[in-house]
Amino acid sequence: MSVDGAIHIELVRAPHGLRRVGCLLRRMGAFGLVELQKLTHDRTELFTRMVQPALWLLIFGTTFSRLHVIDTGGVPYLAFLAPGIIAQSALFVSIFYGIQIVWDRDAGILAKLMVTPAPPAALITGKSFAAGVRSVAQVVGVLVLAYLMGIHLTFNPLRILAAMAVVVLGSAFFACLSMTLAGLVRNRDRLMGIGQAITMPLFFASNALYPVDVMPPWLRTLSAVNPLSYEVNALRALLLGTPGNTLLDVTVLVVAAVLGVLVASALLRRLVR
Amino acid sequence: MTDPAIDCSHLTHRYGEFTAVDDLNLTVQAGETMGLLGPNGAGKTSVVRVLTTLTPVQDGTVRIFGLDARRDTMDIRHNIGYVPQQLSIEAALTGRQNVDLFARLYDVPRKQRRARVDEALDAMQLFDVADALAGTYSGGMVRRLELAQALVNRPALLLLDEPTVGLDPIARDGVWSQVADMQQEYGMTVLLTTHYMEEADALCDRVALMHHGVLQTVGTPTELKAGLVSEAAPEPSLEDVFRHYAGSDLSEDGTRRGLKEIRSSRRVARRVG
Repeated sequence: MSVDGAIHIELVRAPHGLRRVGCLLRRMGAFGLVELQKLTHDRTELFTRMVQPALWLLIFGTTFSRLHVIDTGGVPYLAFLAPGIIAQSALFVSIFYGIQIVWDRDAGILAKLMVTPAPPAALITGKSFAAGVRSVAQVVGVLVLAYLMGIHLTFNPLRILAAMAVVVLGSAFFACLSMTLAGLVRNRDRLMGIGQAITMPLFFASNALYPVDVMPPWLRTLSAVNPLSYEVNALRALLLGTPGNTLLDVTVLVVAAVLGVLVASALLRRLVR
Repeated sequence: MTDPAIDCSHLTHRYGEFTAVDDLNLTVQAGETMGLLGPNGAGKTSVVRVLTTLTPVQDGTVRIFGLDARRDTMDIRHNIGYVPQQLSIEAALTGRQNVDLFARLYDVPRKQRRARVDEALDAMQLFDVADALAGTYSGGMVRRLELAQALVNRPALLLLDEPTVGLDPIARDGVWSQVADMQQEYGMTVLLTTHYMEEADALCDRVALMHHGVLQTVGTPTELKAGLVSEAAPEPSLEDVFRHYAGSDLSEDGTRRGLKEIRSSRRVARRVG
């Protein structure tokens, strides 16, 4: 193995210009594919995660629909609630992605990935996409349950597909929020506490369970800056046909997701230092 | 003339007040196998992390095949393979999927990808178990899988940070024989850190010994051993050289780092089963 004279090394150069964009997209796809592959090896998670939304619909929804205390503007409470539960279950899936990335850091996986030519944005986007895919499975589950319970949600496949896209966007934002927090606190236990601390406030400060009109003014302000409210609005418009500004809702979700990817990517390197 | 594979000049790296690497000057020629030795806390891992571009260069200059580690990080990443200290694989993916991810991240062309993944798995004698979940692999197999990941892009420089720590002697021999085979086949430069002196003696063209962040000596194992010949020790081993330069003291910091590494390894061991 000794070195005799000069060795000719052909170095690979990083792509430049437009080729960089193509490579970035391919790497995002690679991370997304990995998350799908993980899901195919263990599908039990998809079923166990369905328990909580099912309980919300079956117990909370059924009980509150009998009380008739929440003015939902002529929409049956269970129908009003179902899109909120879809958004909530997607939130619960996504908000713990930061813990997963800290786990990857502790296991050395993150360091190994960070020295590949894949930029942090590709990794973050891939994870966000995975959160979206897992959440889409929740959409399917809640829709099936809602149909079985006789809740009148749309059967239009295009609207259902659009609702899935909305859920992917919302999940991407909340996964990025979680990974941003991971980059800030860098500790799994602390992050678990923060995740639990912010999940319910995010849920209650949205229109998932009740309309914005019945909220006190301070809560309305919080709801107006809470992306979960925009996700629920878009889902209600798509699945129930309630009037709304879906374009605004989707724009807010896209902007939130893009900002989330940028901030989480900027903080990712802090995790491995 | 070919640029050196690694050229560190006055490299200094600090963690707050603690100087982990102190004014390191080290050159590794292309095609060479260099061992970086030293007790826990000597600064070996910090050097490797800078060389991989995982940690930015704070003071001094680092060039990899003439590429500046501050400026040309992406170019460098395209030409290196890295195996970190921890056993770091995705246990929920198969061996093939683990390697395929790295082939994608390193832009191995789609037409060649399958063949290159198979080649890397075959070289590490994992082809027959490639479709089993990596979580079912033994420690030695996981290490070989990591080597397959690091080699799938046929790197010009392979950085191995204590790749045989925690492995039994047979698994260690297996790992080193695969590295030696690949090194001979592709003419890679290899920089490895290890605590096992007999391995460094057998595998390395030269070794560099660090202690408290300072480079103590560099030379071929034969040269270093010859420097210690005395009447009392007519045939010193590399371990004697290690003890001569590192002494038997373990600083408080070194002990703390050692315990941290053990805890980290145990966490990973639990994760990968």
